[in-house]
Amino acid sequence: MTLALKTTDLAKTFDMGKRLFGPPRAQVHAVHPVSLQVRQTETLGIVGESGCGKSTLARMLVGLTPPTSGTIEIEGRALDRADPAAFGRLIQYVFQDPVSSLNPRKTIRQIMEAPLRLLHGLTGQALDDRVMELFDAVNLRPEFLTRYPHEFSGGQAQRIGIARALAASPRILILDEPVSALDVSVQAQVLNLLADLKQRLDLTYLFISHDLAVVEAVSDRIAVLYFGSVVETGPAEKVFAAPRHPYTKLLADSAPVVARALGGAQSGELPDPLNPPAGCAFAGRCPRATDLCRRIVPDLRAIEGDQFAACHHPRDP
Amino acid sequence: MTLFLRLLFRNKLAGFGAVVLGVIVVLAVLTPILPLQPPNETNTADRFLRPLQGGHLLGTDHLGRDLLSRLMWGTRLSLAVGFAAALVAGLVGAAIGVVAGYFGGRTDNVTMRGVDMLMAFPYILLALAIVAVLGPGLLNALIAVAVVNIPFFARNIRGVTVGIAHREFIDAAKLAGMGHTRILLSEVVPNIVPVVVIAMSTTIGWMILETAGLSFLGLGSQPPQADLGSMLGEARSALITAPHTSVVPGVMILLIVMSVNLLGDGIRDALDPRLRSGALARPMATTRVERAGAPMPKPEDGLLQIDDLETQFHVGTRVYKAVNKVSLALNPGECLGLVGESGSGKSVTALSVMGLVASPPGVITGGAVHLQGQDLIGAPYELLRTLRGRKVAYIFQDPLSTLHPLYRIGDQLIEAIRVHDPVSHAQAHRRAVKLLEDVRIPNAGARARAYPHELSGGMRQRVGIAMALANDPDIIIADEPTTALDVTVQAQILALLSDLRRDRGLAILFITHDFGVVGQLCDRVAVMYGGRIVEAGPTGDVLTAPAHPYTKRLIACVPELGGGQRALAAIPGLPPAVDNLPEGCAFAPRCDKAQPSCKTGEIDLTGDTRKVRCLFPEVAL
Repeated sequence: MTLALKTTDLAKTFDMGKRLFGPPRAQVHAVHPVSLQVRQTETLGIVGESGCGKSTLARMLVGLTPPTSGTIEIEGRALDRADPAAFGRLIQYVFQDPVSSLNPRKTIRQIMEAPLRLLHGLTGQALDDRVMELFDAVNLRPEFLTRYPHEFSGGQAQRIGIARALAASPRILILDEPVSALDVSVQAQVLNLLADLKQRLDLTYLFISHDLAVVEAVSDRIAVLYFGSVVETGPAEKVFAAPRHPYTKLLADSAPVVARALGGAQSGELPDPLNPPAGCAFAGRCPRATDLCRRIVPDLRAIEGDQFAACHHPRDP
Repeated sequence: MTLFLRLLFRNKLAGFGAVVLGVIVVLAVLTPILPLQPPNETNTADRFLRPLQGGHLLGTDHLGRDLLSRLMWGTRLSLAVGFAAALVAGLVGAAIGVVAGYFGGRTDNVTMRGVDMLMAFPYILLALAIVAVLGPGLLNALIAVAVVNIPFFARNIRGVTVGIAHREFIDAAKLAGMGHTRILLSEVVPNIVPVVVIAMSTTIGWMILETAGLSFLGLGSQPPQADLGSMLGEARSALITAPHTSVVPGVMILLIVMSVNLLGDGIRDALDPRLRSGALARPMATTRVERAGAPMPKPEDGLLQIDDLETQFHVGTRVYKAVNKVSLALNPGECLGLVGESGSGKSVTALSVMGLVASPPGVITGGAVHLQGQDLIGAPYELLRTLRGRKVAYIFQDPLSTLHPLYRIGDQLIEAIRVHDPVSHAQAHRRAVKLLEDVRIPNAGARARAYPHELSGGMRQRVGIAMALANDPDIIIADEPTTALDVTVQAQILALLSDLRRDRGLAILFITHDFGVVGQLCDRVAVMYGGRIVEAGPTGDVLTAPAHPYTKRLIACVPELGGGQRALAAIPGLPPAVDNLPEGCAFAPRCDKAQPSCKTGEIDLTGDTRKVRCLFPEVAL
């Protein structure tokens, strides 16, 4: 099976306190070197808490943020320059806040036409037909085209956002918290639409969310991010059911589930990014941590079959 | 456009300014065809004629020229120069600001430091220097005034552009293949045009004044050409002997600048979306109450008893029935979950309890809220104030916006304690630290000296809870307290609330959209839809065997961890708008079990411990 997306040691470091000359005062490693492989027509779920680097990773994958080091390959082609227009034909982005991702001063038709004109050079009748086709694909009525973004509810605006992303005819969609701004009854509509589109158009998804249950429901494989590093990857049915990394276990136990006693009340927070710990970033919160963990950063390694964890003392299933 | 004009003329002063300026502009435009004497024809025999003498309506100046004619031609010129200078300054300043704000980084730094240097000179000195270099003349005066005002526009527009450049639709435009020029012109500029117009309308009067100033000094229009400033300058030597020659142009400058400024303020108020939505209108201290009919009878028991509460929002002619005959009861030590989607009225219900719904536009139009037998709806503000925080405390979703950013959290807690309990500062401080320990903030004594922004989201919400506990309330109303938090932090906060409730015997009204949270924390649950309670009962019963089709399908929509990859059940359609509720059951248009009888008449909430508002419930009660 061919790979849709491959990253090799992709990393991003932000400079803090820039000076006119000389090195910056401090550096924050938002994303530590990440190597991911996504197969074609697969959905890779990416979970992590705020500040874990998942949005920075996503923005690097579409060329909106230039990586500090590492490479991105899409369908075997290397994209080494952060040029959103070059990325745009292959990989597109669906934003978290559907309303703020649409320019308030443009009609939906103008918003929809931009990628078709600029990336695919469509004009005239072909342009109109393609807009209609896209609107039909996301179950929106054609009369919406003449309206402005503020006239739409969150769910409708997110459909427009998805249609705009599809207009570029990409092979891969990055879905950055696409349903977390929506009500639950509408969230399921959008998730089912995404599943349907993926089936019809042979798309590959990277689904980023903080909602573990949603990620589990839509993903084939899941990668868990903590403090800028991938700490565990594996098949969706195994990652939360039989977590190997203690952090994944903590996440799974924290998700509210009806009739389960309130647990996971361990204290502990993310380490300070300006002053990161020497070893494993999770060691300070981890019940299994030893001296080894506090000294040496564990590498991501195969634990069993296709389940990988970056842990010196992985859990037994 | 009509809305804009209506808003503009609602401000009477702005309307007055618009009328005065309109008349002046029309007269200035018509000057060439008005029957005026030639403005530059000298007649020294008739010099310094008083108004109404010798066929000169406003008299003559030191060369015997007709003042009325010179005034009209001068006004025409001054207006034109003022508008042109504002236009040039606005366009150039906006262009600099847009480029600096959009590209950021070094471009921004270099341009804005240049602009700062321009700003460091006193404006009149800078204008004089420019005219000195370019030589006197009206065009050079115009350039000088425009250059002097560019920094104001550049800084203003840069600030707005920085906000827009980081919006998601700019990223989307990049991904749609747009280059920087196209993004600037088609995405950024349309969004800053209102700001440029506002800035121009408020500065144009200033620019007319500055041009007049330069002409007054003899650096603007050259003789014999008249503008308002040069007329004043020429009249200066005769200020005592022939005051009318100074007064005539002076009054005109006054009228123009005053009307332009009044109109400019009006335009700003009408265009600024924040002012339009009434953000600057101060809400009343308690929600307005317009309760028809007799007050409800006093209930026998219960800590908090809400009966048939109706809260509406009156916006223009529209009435939003946000809360429609909601009844709830909360017993001591109990946790009641209030579940619903956005717009279902759950937050407004909670805010109505203590009269915290913003008025205008909120109005409580019916029902009663009894706290230990005392009706709170319509209670005087002084009474509500003593109860807020002491009997009923709130925890909100976003602790960053509810904590004051400029005060240390310890001081905010001390203030909250001393509002209701006049203890010494030292005593209050000890209690504040104790509260921080109670909500399990590590190293509480030191953390009391921290500012809100120095704490993580979870820690801030703990401070929010500590604030709520400060006066030992009987009831805590928690409005989505964990929605903004990560799952691991959410679990910590929920466990904390659960422990506090047990230890202190608190009653909690917990508002959320998350059934998982309700299932873990609450004893009873009420489900709201379209401003009404559609189902209520013990949590376990409602979650395992929901009776209302909406509850059943909403629970099915929420994926639960451990279910594996799967398709999710969705509810077609959208929740109803509460200003246009359908007759009968609000859920009927989205319900697959709906019968014709569901769409007529009032459907009652029936049942005893388990209640449902449905003609065809999913389970028999």
